[in-house]
Amino acid sequence: MKIKRIGVGAIALAAAGALTLAGCSSSNEPAAEGDSTAVISVNNTEPQNPLIPTNTNEVGGGLVLQNIFAGLVYYDAEGAAHNDVAESIETDDAQTYTITIREGLTFTNGDPVDAESFVTAWNYGAALDNAQLSSYFFEPIEGFTYDENVDELSGLEVVDDLTFTVTLKQPESDFPLRLGYTAYFPLPASAWDDLEAFGENPVGNGPYMMDGEGAWQHNERIDVVKNEDYDGPREAQNGGIDMILYASTDAAYADLQGGNLDILQDVPDSALETFETEFEGRSVNQPGAANATITIPERLEHFSGEEGKLRRAAISHAIDREEVTDVIFNGTRSPAFDFTSPVIDGYSEDIPGSDVLEFDPELAKELWAEADAISPWSGTFELAYNADGPNQGWVDAVANQLKNNLEIEAAGAPVPTFAELRTSVTEETITTPFRTGWQADYPSLYNFLGPLYGTGAGSNDGKYSNPEFDALLEEGAAATEVEAGIEKFQQAQEILFEDLPVIPLWYTNGLGAWGEQVDNVEFGWDTWPILNQVTKSE
Amino acid sequence: MAGYIARRLLQAIPVLLGTTFLIYFMVFALPGDPIIALFGEKTPSPAVVEQLRERYNLDQPFIVQYFLFLGGIFRGDFGTSFSGQPVSEILAATFPVTLRLAVLAVFFEMVAGITIGLVSGLRKGGIFDASALVVSLILISLPIFVIAFVAQFIFGIQLGWFRTTVSSGAPIQDLILPAIVLATISFAQITRLTRASVIDTDTQDFVRTAASKGLSRRRIVPVHILRNSLIPVVTYLAVDFGVLMVGATVTEGIFNVPGVGRTLYQAIIRGEGPTVVSFVTVMVLIYLVINLLVDLLYAVLDPRIRYAK
Amino acid sequence: MPSNTRPTQAHYVAPLEETPLVAIDSVKADGKPSNLWTDAWKDVRKRPMFWISAALILLVVIVALFPGWFTQVPPNNDCQLSNSNGGPQPDHPLGFTKQGCDIYSRIIHGTSTSLSVGLIVTFIVATLGIVMGALAGFYGRWVDAVLSRLGDIFFSIPYILAAVVIMSVLSQYANVWVISLAIGIFAWPATARVLRAEILRVKNSDFVMAATALGVSRFRILVRHVLPNSIAPVIVITTISLASAIVAEATLSFLGVGLPSSTMSWGNDISQAQTDLRTAPQTLILPSIALSVTVLSFIMLGEVVRDALDPKARAQR
Repeated sequence: MKIKRIGVGAIALAAAGALTLAGCSSSNEPAAEGDSTAVISVNNTEPQNPLIPTNTNEVGGGLVLQNIFAGLVYYDAEGAAHNDVAESIETDDAQTYTITIREGLTFTNGDPVDAESFVTAWNYGAALDNAQLSSYFFEPIEGFTYDENVDELSGLEVVDDLTFTVTLKQPESDFPLRLGYTAYFPLPASAWDDLEAFGENPVGNGPYMMDGEGAWQHNERIDVVKNEDYDGPREAQNGGIDMILYASTDAAYADLQGGNLDILQDVPDSALETFETEFEGRSVNQPGAANATITIPERLEHFSGEEGKLRRAAISHAIDREEVTDVIFNGTRSPAFDFTSPVIDGYSEDIPGSDVLEFDPELAKELWAEADAISPWSGTFELAYNADGPNQGWVDAVANQLKNNLEIEAAGAPVPTFAELRTSVTEETITTPFRTGWQADYPSLYNFLGPLYGTGAGSNDGKYSNPEFDALLEEGAAATEVEAGIEKFQQAQEILFEDLPVIPLWYTNGLGAWGEQVDNVEFGWDTWPILNQVTKSE
Repeated sequence: MAGYIARRLLQAIPVLLGTTFLIYFMVFALPGDPIIALFGEKTPSPAVVEQLRERYNLDQPFIVQYFLFLGGIFRGDFGTSFSGQPVSEILAATFPVTLRLAVLAVFFEMVAGITIGLVSGLRKGGIFDASALVVSLILISLPIFVIAFVAQFIFGIQLGWFRTTVSSGAPIQDLILPAIVLATISFAQITRLTRASVIDTDTQDFVRTAASKGLSRRRIVPVHILRNSLIPVVTYLAVDFGVLMVGATVTEGIFNVPGVGRTLYQAIIRGEGPTVVSFVTVMVLIYLVINLLVDLLYAVLDPRIRYAK
Repeated sequence: MPSNTRPTQAHYVAPLEETPLVAIDSVKADGKPSNLWTDAWKDVRKRPMFWISAALILLVVIVALFPGWFTQVPPNNDCQLSNSNGGPQPDHPLGFTKQGCDIYSRIIHGTSTSLSVGLIVTFIVATLGIVMGALAGFYGRWVDAVLSRLGDIFFSIPYILAAVVIMSVLSQYANVWVISLAIGIFAWPATARVLRAEILRVKNSDFVMAATALGVSRFRILVRHVLPNSIAPVIVITTISLASAIVAEATLSFLGVGLPSSTMSWGNDISQAQTDLRTAPQTLILPSIALSVTVLSFIMLGEVVRDALDPKARAQR
C-alpha cells in the first residue's frame, strides 16, 4: 500500500539564526491559456459566522476569506509557506519575531496595509470581550489571557509603519508557519467604523474582492472578482469566482454533471465510487491535512492503566483500516500510519511503535485476553458519533470488525447533533468511546500534536497527560533547527503509540472534480482548490 | 360570516403564544450547547463561551429568554442568527421561495391526483385503476431522496429538460422539477382519497336524480360528482400545503432551493432558538389562514355546510 | 336546531320502474336485527380481494413473529466487508448490504419492527384523529375551536425538532412503543382535519335529521350514523400512512434518535442504502419491495372494508 507523499515542503521550521521566509515562488505560474476575464464557479457552503477573519473557523467562510485576504505568508499546494504581505519574518530565539511588511500595499478601499492593520486586528481577535471564535490562535502571544479582557497584547509592538514585533510566551519555532491562517489576516482601518457591516461585506487585500454591496447573497451565492491592484504571489488568472452555496454536496455534484458548475470541492458519499471514472483526468483524490481517530478516555471503565493500554492496542489491531477505507470510503481515505498527516513536513510511516496500527486479528484477540485477565470485559463496546454527519457507515463497519475479530458485542452509538456530541465530550459526561477528527490549521507536525495531546491543551478530548510527551513537545517547539524539531516530535509520537490516547484510523483525502472548460486546477494540502491559478476557456 | 372570520383570526393569538412557547422550550431542551458546537472539534475556553452565551442571552433562565424573544417580536425584532444576519431578513428571503415551490407542488398534486383519482373512481376495478394503484405504491415506498435523485438524473442531467438545481433567485422554471418531486409524496393520498370520494358520491341520490333528469354523463361528472367529492381532497391538499411549507428539507437540499426547509433544518441542528421559533411562528400564521380559507371553501363545495354563529 | 333544508331544494321522487314496490308495512319479526358490522362482514367474506389481502397480512405477521422459520442466517452478526454489496450466493438468496450483511435475513428479521411501528403509529393516528376530528366536526363551536387549534399547534411543530427532543428525553426507553408514540403524536392532525370536513358534510344529511327526529341522543347519532358514513377518507389515509410510519421510523434512526442500531428494520436498511443508489440499487429496492407488498395488502383490505361499510355502494352491486 502506498501513500502518495506530497509536500515535503520547501521550508517549514526556523533555520538557525535569522529566519527569513523564502520569497514568492515562481514555480506555480501557470501557462495562461484561458480567458483572463472568465469567471469560475465553485461550490461552497453558507458561512456560519460574519466574514471577520478572527471569527471564522469553518470552511464556508474560510474559502471566501482565503481568497479576498492576503496574510503575511501563504501556503503553496504542498503546504510550504511563502511570504506574501511579509517582506521578512526574522527571529534569533524563536520567541521574538520582527515582521516587516512589503511597501505600498493597500486594501481594496485604499487603506494602507501596514503594521497597524495587523496589530489592531490581532488585538481585537485576542480580546476576551470580543469573544472571537479563533481567539485561541493568539494564546501563545505574550499578554494573552482568558482571565480578563486585554485590549492590547503586551507582546505586540508597532515599530514603524511597516514593522512590528511579536513576543511569544515561550519559544515556538513554527510560529511563522501559522501566519497564513485566516485568524492572522490584517483588517483595514475602515473596518472599525462598523464591524457588523464589515462582516457582511468585508474589504480585504487579497487576489479577489467582494463584487460590490450584496455580493454575499445568503444561502445562494458569494461573488468575488479579481482585485486588479493586488500585488503579490497569488495573482488571479481568471476574472473572478462565483461561490455557489449548497446545502448538500449531492446537489453540487449534479450541477457539475449538468455543466452548471466548474469546480467541485468535496464529493458526495453517493458518488465516491464513480467520480474518478466519470471525471477521468479531471478529479483529485489525495491525502489532506486531516485525520480521523477514535478517542477512548482513560476515565472509562476498563480503559485505564495497563488494562486500557492493552484494550486500546487490541482494538487498533482488530480494525482492518485498509478494508474500511476501500469498501466504505471507496479509497477516499488513506489508512493512518501516525498521528499527523502525510502532507506535513517531517511525516514518516516508520515511527517506532506504529505497527500497533497494523491489522492483526490474532494479536488483537491475545491482547484483549490479556486485558481480560486483569479485569474481565462485559457489555457492549459502543462508539459514539454525531448522526448529523456522514459517520454511520464507517462506524457500523468498524463495530462489525470489532465484533468479528474480538468476539465481543460492539455497536455504533449515534448522537443526534454535533452540538450534543461536542458538549458531552467537553463536559466529560460522555460514557462511551467517541469519534474525533482534526483538520490542521497550518501545515505543521506540532499542530497535530500540541493542541490535541499536550497536558491541559484546548482540544485534548481524552484528557491525556504524559509529562514525558509534554517535555518532548516543548523541546521540539523550541528547537531552532528544522530536523531537530522533527526528531523531537517523532519521539513524542513514539510515546503516543505506546499510550494510544486516540486510535488513529485514516487520513481524510482532499476530493474534487472539475469540468472540461477549466484548466490548471490544483488542490492544496488543506483540501481546498487553489482558485487563483485556475483558467477557463469559453 | 365577517364575525366568523374575525373570531377565527382572534383564535390566532392563543395559538401563537402556545406554539412559540412550546417551540422555544423544545429548542431550549435540545441536548447540547450550541455555543460549544460553534468551535467545531476545538474545545473553547470557558471564558469565551461565557461571553458568547451572554451575547445570545443563553445565560438567562428559559422563561427570561422566552420573554426577551417575545418582547423582540413585538418590536419587530426577530433576533439574529449566528452568522449575524437578522432573522427577519432570512424569513423574507426564504418564505417566498418555499411558497412558490409549495404552490407549484400542490398544483401538480391537484391536477394529477384529482384527474387520476377521478378516472380510477369512475372505472373502479379496471386496468387504469390497478395501474394507478401500482404507481402510487411505488411512489410511497421509495424515500423522497431516491425519487428526487432519479428525477434529477433523468430530467436534469440525461435529458437536460430542466436545470439540475435551482439557480439564484429561484425562478419558476427551475422550481418545476422539485415541485413535481414533492408532488409525488402525496400523490398516493390525493389519488386514493379522490377515488374513494368519487365512488361514494357516484352512488348518491342526487347523481341518480341528475341522470334521471336526462343530464349527460359529461355534465354530471364535473358538476355533480367531482364537486361533491372534493371536500376531503381539498382538506388534505391544505394539510399538505402546510407540510410542504416546512418539511421539504431533503428535496430543497438536492435541488439546492434556498428555501425554508433547509434553513430551518440547519437552525434546528445548530440550536438557533430565535431562528427556529420565528420560522415556526410564520408557519403557524400561514397554517391558520389556509385552514380558514379551506373552511370557507367547504360552504362553496357543499351548500349544506354552514358556519357556526 | 337550525333547519337543514334549503328553500330551493326540490324534492325528488324516483320513477316508479326504478324502485320496485315492496311491502313496507310488514315487519319480518323473526329475522336477525340488521347491524352495520354484521352486514359488512357478510359482504366482505364473499370477496376474493379480502381473502388475498388477509392471506398476505397473515404471512407478514407470521414472518414478524417467527423470523427463525424463514432464515437461519443471523441478520446482524458475521457481516464481512469482503461481501459488501455482493450478489446472491447459496444460502444468501438476495445478496449482501454495503456492510456485508445478508439482505434476505435482514428483511425477514426487520419485519417485526417495521410492522409493529407501522401498526402502532397507524392505530395512534387513527384513534387520536378520529376522536379529535369527530368531536370537532360534530359538536362545532368552542369544541371545534379548541380541538382544531390544538391540531394546528401540533401540526406546526417541526417534526425533526420534536422527535429529537422527545427521543433524547426518553432515550433510555427507546423501544417500539416510544418510537411509535413520538411519530404518531404529531401525525394525527391531518386525519382529524379530513374527518372533521367529512363530518361537517354528513351531519346535515337527511338520515341525521331523521335520527334526531326519532329522539336519538346526539352522541349516539355521531357514533352510529355520522361516523360510519364519514369514515371512508380516514380509511384511505390511514392505510397509506402505514407506509409513511414505517419510513418515519427510519428517519428517526437516521437522526440518531431511533431504535438501537442493532435493531433491524426495513426503513433503516432503505435509508442506509441511499448513498449506494448509483452502484448497488438492489440494496435499496429489495427492502422497498417488502414495504410495498405489506402496504399493498393493507390498502386492499382497507378498500374492501370501506366498500363494505358503504351501504349505498353495497346496494349497487
